[in-house]
Amino acid sequence: MKLITAIIQPHKLEDVLQELDKNEIHLRTVSDVIGCGRQKGRTEVYRGRKETGGCLKKVRLEIAVNEDFVQPTIKAIMAAAKTGNIGDGKIFITDLVECIRIRTGEKGQEAIG
Amino acid sequence: MINSGDTAWILMSTALVMLMTAPGLAFFYGGLVRRKNVLATMMQSFFVLCLISIQWILWGYSLSFGPDKGHFIGSLAWIGLKGVTMAPNPDYSSTIPHLLFMVYQMMFAVITPGLITGAFAERMKFSAYAIFTIFWATLVYDPVCHWVWGAGGWLRNLGALDFAGGTVVHVSSGMSALVCALYLGKRRGYGREPMPPHNLPLTILGASLLWFGWFGFNAGSALGSNELAVWAFIATNTAAAAAGLTWMFIEWKATGKPTILGGATGAVAGLVAVTPAAGFVSPLSAILIGIAVAFVCYTAVAVVKLKLAYDDSLDAFGVHGIGGTLGALLTGLLAQKLINPAGNNGLFFGNPKQFGIQAIGVVATIAYSVTVTFILLKIIDAIVGMRVPDEEEVIGLDITQHEESAYTLLD
Repeated sequence: MKLITAIIQPHKLEDVLQELDKNEIHLRTVSDVIGCGRQKGRTEVYRGRKETGGCLKKVRLEIAVNEDFVQPTIKAIMAAAKTGNIGDGKIFITDLVECIRIRTGEKGQEAIG
Repeated sequence: MINSGDTAWILMSTALVMLMTAPGLAFFYGGLVRRKNVLATMMQSFFVLCLISIQWILWGYSLSFGPDKGHFIGSLAWIGLKGVTMAPNPDYSSTIPHLLFMVYQMMFAVITPGLITGAFAERMKFSAYAIFTIFWATLVYDPVCHWVWGAGGWLRNLGALDFAGGTVVHVSSGMSALVCALYLGKRRGYGREPMPPHNLPLTILGASLLWFGWFGFNAGSALGSNELAVWAFIATNTAAAAAGLTWMFIEWKATGKPTILGGATGAVAGLVAVTPAAGFVSPLSAILIGIAVAFVCYTAVAVVKLKLAYDDSLDAFGVHGIGGTLGALLTGLLAQKLINPAGNNGLFFGNPKQFGIQAIGVVATIAYSVTVTFILLKIIDAIVGMRVPDEEEVIGLDITQHEESAYTLLD
């Protein structure tokens, strides 16, 4: 089991979700986040004062999958989230130690899908 | 003789000026602060509405408009509104009830200390604010109001023109605001951490409500439903529009993009500057006032403030102090008897003396309000302390001063 965490451009969220659905990957958690990478922050000007916050709005996707779904998930995200510009985001993959479905108490591979 | 048309318009204007403090000023300032301080900031406007409404009934009106004492202050003869009745007082207006004039003026007394809150936003202890406000209203606003508008006041006798409160309201509060900003010092992290406004739509709503309420402030100051009110109404809207437009174009040129915050700030600056002039100037002069104040206040807020690095957090000084001063002086240039026979001509219309009188009014108001504000701050600081402790400033004033928060994660 792996936990796939993707940080993407907010405006690419719809595309990514559609692409995941096409590949039968339906379970995910989406959250609003702020952060920055190479794209750096954006400068805003309020009454002439520059605010260089350093943080931009991004969207974080969290998807827990069995081994078979790792590559399809990555492909789907890459295909839909890429614009080719800096700021497209990153995908992190981590080992998932356990997964428990609260309603039934099922564990591991069964609980995940 | 009470005139029902005049009475109706001043009743309406009273409600309009009330609207400027809350929600107008509350939203204007509330949107500009960080989310952890929005309620505390709005509270300062709401609280002043409650507090000064009572102060005014009990002793504020008497000190401001009561029988003259040495041309400096009203006596306490009208304390608790004793002797203030439905009969018109011809010193102020012969066509509306004296009590109506009293409550109309109450709303001016309410908003003026409210304006200062922009200077010490996000760091002042609420208890200190409450004490400061009641004393500032009594010791600064009431005397200055008497000088300019009270029967027997020395600036009124001198012939100073202040149609709706350029010096009484904006110079007094704006200059006191600078003293507050300097005395309290910067917010923690000012200049190092980003402090963008947390909700500009609230600010735009507040600015627009201020603009709307200002018709009561300026056109209502004609104290009648008459031609002078129409002139003042037009000058008010014209100066606001000209200043908003000018500010946005300055930004467009200076930083590459016009902003709505700039437009709103400019409009408020225009309203401030036209306040003393509204009932004395032509629509074309109002355009000039709007353009001039946008350039001057933009320089104060976006250039000078950043260079000198004082933290006038929401630009109470930059907009009201500077804009009010400019407006009072421009009134001395642009006033016309053609608009208001009870007024006077300004320097551009053949009466250079008026400019000097306006300057005296401004200088006296600045000197007096700055001095008294500084003394007040010193005393209150020694007794209860002005600033919240650093830790509370980091957590935010909503939680630490009022134990409530504006936005929760829960539904």
